[in-house]
Amino acid sequence: MSVTHPKIRLRDVKKSFGDKIVLDGVSFDVAAGESLVIIGGSGTGKSVTLKSILGLITPDSGDVEVDGKDALSMSAKERDAMMQKFGMLFQGGALFDSMKVWENVAFGLIQGKRIHRDEARVIALEKIRRVGLAPQVGDLYPAELSGGMQKRVGLARAIATEPEIIFFDEPTTGLDPIMADVINDLIKECVKELGATALSITHDMSSARKIADHVAMIYEGKIIWNGPVKSLYDSGNSYVEQFIHGRADGPITKHAGFKA
Amino acid sequence: MAKTPTQNAAKEPIISKKNCLMMMSACGILSISQAVGHSILSFFQSIGALASFVGTAVRHIFTPPFYPKLILKQFVDIGYYSLPVVGMTALFTGMVLALQSYTGFTRFNAEGAIAGVVALSMTRELAPVLAGLMVAGRVGASIAAVIGTMRVTEQIDALVTLSVNPFKYLIAPRIIAGTIMLPILVLIGDIIGIYGGYIVSIYDLGFASGSYIQQTWDILEQMDVISGLVKAAVFGFIVTMMGCYHGYNSGRGAQGVGTATTYAVVSASILILISNFILTQVFFS
Ligand SMILES: Nc1ncnc2c1ncn2[C@@H]1O[C@H](COP(=O)(O)OP(=O)(O)OP(=O)(O)O)[C@@H](O)[C@H]1O
Ligand SMILES: [Mg+2]
Repeated sequence: MSVTHPKIRLRDVKKSFGDKIVLDGVSFDVAAGESLVIIGGSGTGKSVTLKSILGLITPDSGDVEVDGKDALSMSAKERDAMMQKFGMLFQGGALFDSMKVWENVAFGLIQGKRIHRDEARVIALEKIRRVGLAPQVGDLYPAELSGGMQKRVGLARAIATEPEIIFFDEPTTGLDPIMADVINDLIKECVKELGATALSITHDMSSARKIADHVAMIYEGKIIWNGPVKSLYDSGNSYVEQFIHGRADGPITKHAGFKA
Repeated sequence: MAKTPTQNAAKEPIISKKNCLMMMSACGILSISQAVGHSILSFFQSIGALASFVGTAVRHIFTPPFYPKLILKQFVDIGYYSLPVVGMTALFTGMVLALQSYTGFTRFNAEGAIAGVVALSMTRELAPVLAGLMVAGRVGASIAAVIGTMRVTEQIDALVTLSVNPFKYLIAPRIIAGTIMLPILVLIGDIIGIYGGYIVSIYDLGFASGSYIQQTWDILEQMDVISGLVKAAVFGFIVTMMGCYHGYNSGRGAQGVGTATTYAVVSASILILISNFILTQVFFS
């Protein structure tokens, strides 16, 4: 127990699509039980970063370690075992449209953890309640829900198996302010009570302030600032300041949007 | 150009034009061979990608966990719901075969061969090939669209994060169902097709029922039917595999899914026709 690995460790991760460089050497650590929030402009590669850690996208170069193990050169078996630790809320929900809502939420319990259907349904309905939805919603299909409701079902599915590491890709986007705060509380609970490690992406600064222990800002494929949330508002970094105050002019507008 | 233009002009007046033509054709050959090289390269790349996909898929078919419920659902989707299409195709093909061979064979006083022609062409060739092509349109397209949409909406990524292998969960059940169900469909198609020929022969062309049936039984051998069913299994494998492959590798957006669907149907149809030729060679020569 002398050496403690960070739960997640990225070193110099690079990824291009065609000749478009998206990640240009991303490095950061997330300690166990910590909540890191990544902020950054639209299209700067935040979602790609999460998917690279999960192996859904293979980085061109660099290292990704989960619990001290190299996540990029794993065997299929090791990868399956690693996936058991993860839960992910996708930005677009990614709900299985051929299944009812409760089956979506229970999917990881039934297929991954081999829990009996009836028991899994009870757990799923409890999670559905936790994200502020009525139990009747469980019997609807995802296509019958509003965007914000789908997001919350995606969230319920991500936390249903009580994973050690949870990724939230824009958990509060598309929710009303009150519901957004309910979700913020839920994410905090997951980290505090379950001891989970959380890695979230958000554009919502009040959400970032509430759920983050640390905040990292990504810009032009690199992490340009990484620090505790309490120093977010006196970072002294002009990019961060422009971003968190949502100013139209500043260093970011000079380049953004015109380089692709 | 500068040196002795008059000399050159005297010896070979069109030399510059000839040079030009030679250069042009050289350029042309170069760029053509480059283009050919590229397309051959990308052809072999895609063959390689397909081969590794097929290998992975087959490996996952035979290793647990299995999903019997999903396989059963695919049996119904691929097999049962294809019955009307395959049945109609077989019926009318059998009927038209009888009509055509009648008009042809009466010229040689060979009407007696109609029963045999219908039975042999249906079992050996037409039932498997036409069923394969129809199922490529019906099932191959829908597999590519479903899996492609799941790819585009990140549902396949979601499966992976929930510790479920998409090859086992999405692809294996479809390929198993296709490979098993198509022979069954074709067997039914054989019967319906032969019956279609019978209806036309008896009620339209005025043949005697008993002798028609007798002729059919006399000519038909086990191998005729079995070879057709083996073909059907291969075609079922091809159709479902192409649907899965193109869906799984679908490009982004609605456009990507549309292209995947087209490729699935076209590639399956062509592969059916090619493999049909090869299988016929193997069986009957
Ligand atoms: N599979 C892919 N193929 C090609 N390009 C991709 C792919 N995935 C992402 N990209 C590109 O990578 C860039 C970063 O995408 P990403 O989804 O990570 O952005 P983001 O930071 O999450 O933005 P947002 O805040 O809008 O969600 C985009 O320009 C996108 O076009
Ligand atoms: Mg994103």
